[in-house]
Amino acid sequence: MEWQFFTEVLVGGLLSGVMYSLVAIGFVLIYKTSGVLNFAQGALLLFAALTFVSLAERGLPVWAAILLTLAAMTLIGALIERTVLRPLVNQPPITLFMATLGVSYVIEGAAQLLWGTQVHGLDLGIDDLPLEIGGVLISSFDLFAAAVAGAMVAALTLFFRYTRIGLGFRAVADDQLAALAVGLSLDRIWTAVWTAAGVVALVAGLLWGARLGVQFSLSLVVLKALPVLVLGGFDSIAGAIVGGLIVGAVEKLAEVYVGPFVGGGIEGWIAYVAALGFLLIRPSGLFGAKPVERV
Amino acid sequence: MTDLALEKTATGTVRRLSPAPFGIGVLLIVAYGVPPLVASEYLFDAILTPFLALALAGLGLNILTGYAGQVSLGSSAFMAVGAYAAYNLALRLPGLPFLLDILLAGLVAAAVGLLFGLPSLRLRGFYLAVSTLAAQFFVQWVFNKVGWFSNDSPSGIVTVPPLSVAGLPLDSSAGRYLFALGVVTAVTLAVWRLVESPTGRALVALRDHETAARVIGIPVLRVKLLAFAVSSFIIGVAGVLWAFAYLRTVEPAGFNLDRSFQILFIVIIGGLASLRGAFLGAALIVVFPLLLARLGEALLGGLFDSGVLEMSQRIVLGLLIITFLIAEPAGLTALLDRAWNRICGRFRRAG
Repeated sequence: MEWQFFTEVLVGGLLSGVMYSLVAIGFVLIYKTSGVLNFAQGALLLFAALTFVSLAERGLPVWAAILLTLAAMTLIGALIERTVLRPLVNQPPITLFMATLGVSYVIEGAAQLLWGTQVHGLDLGIDDLPLEIGGVLISSFDLFAAAVAGAMVAALTLFFRYTRIGLGFRAVADDQLAALAVGLSLDRIWTAVWTAAGVVALVAGLLWGARLGVQFSLSLVVLKALPVLVLGGFDSIAGAIVGGLIVGAVEKLAEVYVGPFVGGGIEGWIAYVAALGFLLIRPSGLFGAKPVERV
Repeated sequence: MTDLALEKTATGTVRRLSPAPFGIGVLLIVAYGVPPLVASEYLFDAILTPFLALALAGLGLNILTGYAGQVSLGSSAFMAVGAYAAYNLALRLPGLPFLLDILLAGLVAAAVGLLFGLPSLRLRGFYLAVSTLAAQFFVQWVFNKVGWFSNDSPSGIVTVPPLSVAGLPLDSSAGRYLFALGVVTAVTLAVWRLVESPTGRALVALRDHETAARVIGIPVLRVKLLAFAVSSFIIGVAGVLWAFAYLRTVEPAGFNLDRSFQILFIVIIGGLASLRGAFLGAALIVVFPLLLARLGEALLGGLFDSGVLEMSQRIVLGLLIITFLIAEPAGLTALLDRAWNRICGRFRRAG
């Protein structure tokens, strides 16, 4: 019984960790190709979910709402790239980070000014029934989310490996100057990256929105994704997945086995402390590239 | 051509004959003398006192971020530590002089800052920035969960004792303002000495290139921890002012992540690595929401309710950050410097 309960908590944690990975992948996409830690990813996620829900509530069919939201995300991504990041080329990474902090304020404000601040329910048509697998209860919604995350990672992997633009992403990530020299258009690639991040934000936003309700606090899932990134390394998609799994498991296990002794509510910081402890051993995360420095 | 040369020497002379000591003297006389004569209670309580507390917090963060180049997203945690430490010291050690109380609270904040600064010895850049969030969430959680810190108050909100220094009651709006001003003046002078000292230059070297700084013999680890300790001390004192001089209550929710971002924004907008920057940035951050509220009401009337106001504040604040980062990374300080030089140049040419 004890063992079964432990497994249940662990599996629940791992699956909820996949939800964190979904958010973290959006960060990794942008960080890998442009070296920007995009704090606005949470705001993008909020904007995507809010736009989709509001359009759907106005009676648009689901496919139309998704297409329109995608169009909006593409537009926003391109706009951010063009108006904020391009003028800041060659600035220190931390300046770019602070700029995206500003962007997140603008998007959060705009999203709620546009669509209002009330909480919207979002039903994806997936019942959250507990399934029994091998004597362990598992949420079917979590399983669905994990499947979506798996599909997305597979799609991204194929995209990076076999498509022309995906190869371009990798070239830019590897060496911007060399990519320019062989004739890749940095502008086009960055716009494409931001669009891709917008798509990821939409997927993550829909799943998180179905779980939490579509509201302002949705943009705070960015704070859940940061320890994931720290654990996995900012520039690795595999790291985002593994980091998410670890963070999810640690959070749930700590909540159940440590929480009662200290008054509960520790999921707000336990992931950070775990990530911090881990970083002290490996300063570049699990899969992060170790920077080489020249003076 | 001659015009250009003239302007060059003009600005050069202005630089050398720095108006700093004179200007600061005037500024202090104005700050101490004028508000008590003309300001209303509203002006003290809603603008001047919070401005001072936030400016001090900005000053503290500027040492860490502007001078030493370590970004922190957890500043308000140290404000909270300062505020709670001062409250508990006053509660549990009755008769403790308030100035000593502030000093001790600052030291407690410095100790906590040192603890959360330890990861900086191994981490850099984003990894460090994220790890400072650990301080933010952990400290907030502790003050929420452990009733002892708020004297087991059921609401978690505690009222601080009235402000008095050496038997002199300072509980009026003007009194609290003057007290805050005194603390801010003293700390600012101390920070000024610090950044002009070899230690201050070591901080800048650390920011500009850590490896190079190490190579030329700067004790990088010690300097980094020093930056964390000094910065947390000042932010802790700012927290005491925030609680005792401005709000007169303490609650964990007042020291959330948004407050940390606000302090970071003060530093960015005001100007990194500049003492004036913290004050200019804080002034803008305090005044602009009030202006925006007035403006919105005047333009849109009833449509401009508190929800719309909050959202438009977020948007404008975000736009301000982006604009400053792109157009004037050195912040309001640089804008002001340019304006000053231009005026002086005009003056010289005319004379």
